Amino acid sequence: MNLPESFRIALRALAANKARSLLTMLGVIIGVAAVILLVGIGTGVQDEVTGSLEGLGSNLLFVVPGQYEGGMGGGGAPPGRRFTLDDAETIARRVEGASAVVPVLQAGAAIKAGNRSMRVVVAAGNEQGTEVFTSDLAGGRHYRRGEVQAASRVVALGDRVARELFPNQDPLGKQVTLNGQRFTVIGYYQSLGGGLGGDQDSQVYIPITTAQRLFNLNYVSTIVVKATDADEIEVVRRDIRRALLPSFGDEFTVFSQEQTLGILSDLLGTLTYMLAGIAGISLLVGGIGIMNIMLVSVSERTREIGIRKAVGARTYDILSQFVIEAVALSVLGGVFGIVLGWGGAELIAQTTPVPTNVTPWAVAMSFLFAFAVGVFFGVYPAWKASQLDPIVALRYE
Amino acid sequence: MGDTGLARVVLETRDVSKCYYLDGVEVNALRSVDLEIRQGEMVAIMGPSGSGKSTLMHIVGLLDRPSSGEVILEGQDVSSLAPNELASLRNRHIGFVFQAFNLLSRTSALANVELPLVYGGVGGSERARRAREALERVGLANRLGHFSSQLSGGQQQRVAIARALVNDPSIVLADEPTGNLDSRSGIEVMAVLQELNEQGITVILVTHDDRVARHAERAVHMFDGRVREDGPVADRIMAADEMASLPPEGATG
Repeated sequence: MNLPESFRIALRALAANKARSLLTMLGVIIGVAAVILLVGIGTGVQDEVTGSLEGLGSNLLFVVPGQYEGGMGGGGAPPGRRFTLDDAETIARRVEGASAVVPVLQAGAAIKAGNRSMRVVVAAGNEQGTEVFTSDLAGGRHYRRGEVQAASRVVALGDRVARELFPNQDPLGKQVTLNGQRFTVIGYYQSLGGGLGGDQDSQVYIPITTAQRLFNLNYVSTIVVKATDADEIEVVRRDIRRALLPSFGDEFTVFSQEQTLGILSDLLGTLTYMLAGIAGISLLVGGIGIMNIMLVSVSERTREIGIRKAVGARTYDILSQFVIEAVALSVLGGVFGIVLGWGGAELIAQTTPVPTNVTPWAVAMSFLFAFAVGVFFGVYPAWKASQLDPIVALRYE
Repeated sequence: MGDTGLARVVLETRDVSKCYYLDGVEVNALRSVDLEIRQGEMVAIMGPSGSGKSTLMHIVGLLDRPSSGEVILEGQDVSSLAPNELASLRNRHIGFVFQAFNLLSRTSALANVELPLVYGGVGGSERARRAREALERVGLANRLGHFSSQLSGGQQQRVAIARALVNDPSIVLADEPTGNLDSRSGIEVMAVLQELNEQGITVILVTHDDRVARHAERAVHMFDGRVREDGPVADRIMAADEMASLPPEGATG
């Protein structure tokens, strides 16, 4: 018997039990849809993060205290000593190829204007901060050198913060309070758009000196160094090492943009695989559902198998008939699942800030996986069917 | 076809024994059975339950293999072939008619009859044409698309006979073909089998019912796994005559 014939028999059997076939497929449909959707979200987020990091330019170096090797924070010991503003000064003074040195501090705070308030992330830098942050001003100005030196209580608002606190108003010159202290709004930024940029829209920017007082800290979390020339980045890195060596020894790490990107990309990639793995488990459960139903089907159709064998079906004919039936279930479920998952990913991308990206690779992988699940879980019931003794099968009630 | 002496031997068992274990107890279902079936014969294999007639039918129908002895089909020893080889031989040489009809449910009469052709590798229009012809031979040309559930018992058994015929088998093996039928349908089915035999098809009838067996021209009596008696049927019943003597169908109520 040829393959198309097996296909016809299998499809006819599935059509004879429509409700059951559909319910069996549901496991695979949900599994495949979950794989497509979650991998789509993972890939989308990865693209967005690496994209926005790349937007920062490739001539940035990030200096953090403590030793980090390959992974992000992997086996790193807790930093023995943190950086201070003086360390940033040292770098600025001693590293020639640095066009900007920005000590950075980030912390959460409550912002209030009138009776409106929200939680924001305070990002603090010095007057050169504009060199390393991507935000564009929508109005007003960034803080100046003098304000950094004087630790003035001036603030520039991210887009979302400005719109929440001052709906339909110009926030310039208005007063806000950050953790109870009064600040004057001197500028606000353009929106960085949806997705993860939404996070930056919820930030406010104040001078680093002001931030240290506000949070009562004497250190900075990171020092960002911008090299004059992207080609000189290794020279700058070496110079930074040399500048910090006397006071820190080896207890600091300089990440380049590329490294940060690589680490983040690795991390997000791992997350994506993890999501795919979790979704894959549901696909596996769907496969077990198929096996279950196929076993029921085989024992229900024992007599049919006996008849087929009596009139000349060989082991292979019965085996292929039932395997094809299982594979048809999983493949059909796979197709529905792809449609559902893809549609869901599009819907999420359009209605939420979460970016999604359904790659052909993910589609192909989940389809092949569904196919493999069908074969894997179909073979055992089919083998059982093919081994039935025709005499026994014909007598089966 | 009555002159069996001249016809070729289609199937022969030589010293065939079958022994199997049922719950650890050895059962000698067949003991040294020698049997010759000739081309065009209509043979009844008879015997009470436990006589070994079912086992003999399974071996003659190539559904089972003997423990010892030889089964010669069309000159070939088939007693030690593998299950898949037996399946191919069944497909080409044996047509089965069962007591319980054994048609595929939710499947049209035509598709049921096509089944042996499907496994015989006959495809396309040739398959449909041969299936249609077989159904015409059993008088069901107007029931091609009916599902088995839409047919009466007698009609279902005729579909089964058409299925048995469709591959031009060497032997049609009918196991209690009237067992699940009322007497009128039973007579109809026997009439079809006798008519096919007239046309030259070899028919083996397996039954415990003496009256059914008398429709054959030769009867083999089995007892305790042995052939006790093998000879021509003295007073053969012709189903066509029976049909004529039946009251018209409408009157049976």
